[in-house]
Amino acid sequence: MSLVNLLRIAWQALRRNITRSILTMLGIIIGVGAVITSMAIGAGAQAAVLAQIESLGANLVVVIPGAISSGGVSLGTGSRTTLKLPDVDAIASTVPDVAGAAPYSQTSAQVVAGGMNWYTAIGGTTPSYTTVRSWSVAQGRFFTRAEVDQAAKVAVLGNTVQQNLFPEGGAVGSIVIVKNVPFRVIGVLAPKGQSGFGRDQDDIVMVPITTLLDRLTGQAWVQNIFVSAATPEAVPAVVDATERLLRLRHHLTAAQPDDFTIRNIADVQQVRLATSQTQALLLAGIAVVSLVVGGIGNMNIMLVSVTERTREIGLRMAVGARGRDILLQFLVEALTLACLGGLIGIAIGVGTAQGSSALGHWPVIVSPFSILLGFISSLLVGVVFGFYPAQRAAALDPIVALRYE
Amino acid sequence: MTNGAPARGRTMEAAPSSGDPLIDVREMTKVYGEGDTAVRALRGVSLRVQAGEFVAIMGPSGSGKSTFMHLLGCLDRPTSGSYRLAGQEVSRLSGDELAAVRNRRIGFVFQSFNLLARTTAQENVELPLLYAGVPRDMRVQRARALLRQVGLGDRLGHRPSELSGGQQQRVAIARALANGAPLLMADEPTGNLDSASSVEIMTFVRELNRSEGITVVLVTHDVSIAAWSKRVVTFRDGLIIDDRPSAEAVPPQVRDGVLGTAPAPEARP
Repeated sequence: MSLVNLLRIAWQALRRNITRSILTMLGIIIGVGAVITSMAIGAGAQAAVLAQIESLGANLVVVIPGAISSGGVSLGTGSRTTLKLPDVDAIASTVPDVAGAAPYSQTSAQVVAGGMNWYTAIGGTTPSYTTVRSWSVAQGRFFTRAEVDQAAKVAVLGNTVQQNLFPEGGAVGSIVIVKNVPFRVIGVLAPKGQSGFGRDQDDIVMVPITTLLDRLTGQAWVQNIFVSAATPEAVPAVVDATERLLRLRHHLTAAQPDDFTIRNIADVQQVRLATSQTQALLLAGIAVVSLVVGGIGNMNIMLVSVTERTREIGLRMAVGARGRDILLQFLVEALTLACLGGLIGIAIGVGTAQGSSALGHWPVIVSPFSILLGFISSLLVGVVFGFYPAQRAAALDPIVALRYE
Repeated sequence: MTNGAPARGRTMEAAPSSGDPLIDVREMTKVYGEGDTAVRALRGVSLRVQAGEFVAIMGPSGSGKSTFMHLLGCLDRPTSGSYRLAGQEVSRLSGDELAAVRNRRIGFVFQSFNLLARTTAQENVELPLLYAGVPRDMRVQRARALLRQVGLGDRLGHRPSELSGGQQQRVAIARALANGAPLLMADEPTGNLDSASSVEIMTFVRELNRSEGITVVLVTHDVSIAAWSKRVVTFRDGLIIDDRPSAEAVPPQVRDGVLGTAPAPEARP
C-alpha cells in the first residue's frame, strides 16, 4: 500500500463522517490553541518585565540615607541627612566599574505654564542621570554640568507633564513657574511609561539638583544616589566599594553602623523576572495538560470509531487488507486529524492571543517557536493517542469483524 | 508495500489442470476453545472442488457450514488437516499471507452486501484493487468495466444508500471480481433480497460460472437457491453427510419451480 493510497483511504474515511472528524479534532484544536495563547501571554509578560528592568536603568544600585536612631526611637530609612553631593562625585570618580552616578532628590509642586497648571513631582539631578537611568530626551536637550554648577533655572519636562501643560506643543523655550521660580524649558524627556511599581514615570519635571536644593527644597543633602555598574557581574563589587567609600567619607568607626542603605534594584527586578518566567511555565504546563486531555478525548473518539467501523474493517480484511494496512490507515487518519486540528488550533491560538492583546491590552508575543511546538505536539498527540485504537482495529479477527452488528 | 507475490491480482488466474482441483481439503478440523468447553465445529472434512464447479453448501445452523466457509475463504486457519487452494497449501499461512491469498484468489459476496457506506459504487469496487497495489488509472478503468458488466454502468457515482438491494449486491459481485479471483464465495447472497432480486443475482452468478469459468461456492440454507448450483454438499454436526449433483439433491418440483421462473442465462446482456 503506497502512502498516496493510504492518504486517500484515510481522507475518504474522514470525509465520510465530517461530524465525527470535527469532534475528534476538537480536543487537539483546543489544546494547541491553549498552548499557543498561553505561551504568547507568558512571553508577553516576560517581555514587559524585561522592558521595565530596561527602563529602570542597567545594573542599577541605589544609595539612600539611613535611619536616624535616637534614644531607641528610629525615624526610618531616609531620615538621615548625611548623603551630600560630593559623595556622588566621589563614587563616580573612585569606585571601580561604575558607569555613572547621579544624585536624585524630589519634591512636589504645582507647575504653572501660561493658563495651564499641573501638580507633579520635581526631580533634581545631574546630566549623569540620563545614562544611569537609560533615559533619553525626545525634544530639546538635557541640562549640562555647567548648568548644574550654576544652579541654572532650566527644566526638562516629562512626557505627561508636557502633554498637560502644553497640549498644543511648543514646550521647549517656554517658561514654567514652580514655587514662584520661573524655569526655562529646555527639553522634553522620551516617554518611559509605568515603573515596575505602577507609577507614571513621565509625570515629572527635571531640574538641576543644585537648583532644586537651593531654590525649591532648601535641603543640603540628597535623597538618593543612583549608581550604575558597568556590567551585571560588577554590581556586587560596586555595592561593596560604595559602602566602604561612604563609610570612609562619613567618618564612621568600625563600631558604628552604616548611615545609609544600598539597594541592589537589579536583583529585585531579576526576582520579578524569575517570577514571570515561572508564571509563563505554569501557563504552558496547564496548556500541555489540556493538550493531553484533548489527546485522550481524541483517543476515545477513535476507539468509538473503530468499534463503529468494525464491519468496515472486517470487509477491508476480507478483500485483502493486512493487519498493518488497517493499522496504518487508522494511524494516518489520526495523524491527518491531528495535523488539521493542529493547524486550526494554531489559527485559533494566534487569534485569541492577538484578540486578548487588542481587547485586554495584555502584552502578548506569538513566537514562531510556540507555533512549531504547537504543531509538533499535535502530531505527537495524534501518533501517541492514535496508536492504541489503530492497533485495536488491526488486531480484529476478520470473521468476528464481518459478523459484528 | 505490495508483497512480492507474482501477478498479485492483476490478471485472471489460469485455471488449474483438470487433475489438480482448485479446492482440495483433507481431514480438516476446527476446534474452538480448549478443554471441557472446546467446541468441535469441524470434525474431519475432506472436499475437492474442480475449477469451474458451482457448489452449494447446505446444512442446518450449527452444522459447521459457516466455519467451513470461513476456512475455505482463508479468513481463518484450521486446527488440523490440509487445504490446498489452486495448488498452494494455505492452512498454515500467516495472517498477512492469508490476506494476500484472499486478495488475489477469492472474491466474497455477503448476505448483507458489506459495501462501505457513503462511498460510491466505483470506489467500493476499487477497494480490492487498492489493496493489491493497482495504479489509480487501472483501478478506475477496471472498476468501471466491472460495474458495466453487472449492469450498473450508469450508477458509478451512486452510494449504497441510493441503490436497491439487488443493485447493491451486484456492486458487491463486481467488487468480488475486481482482482480476477478464480473463486467466488457467496454466503447467503440472496438472504436480504426479495425473490425477484434473488433470481436476478443468482442468474448473474450462474452466468459468471458458465461463461467466465469462475468457481462458485455458495452457502445457503434455502434449497431453492441451492437448486441453481450443479453440486450440493450437505453438512451436519461438523461432517459432510451428503455430496451429490443438485439434480439429485434438490426435489424436482423445487428445481422446476426455481429454474422455470428464471430467464435463460443467455438473455442477460
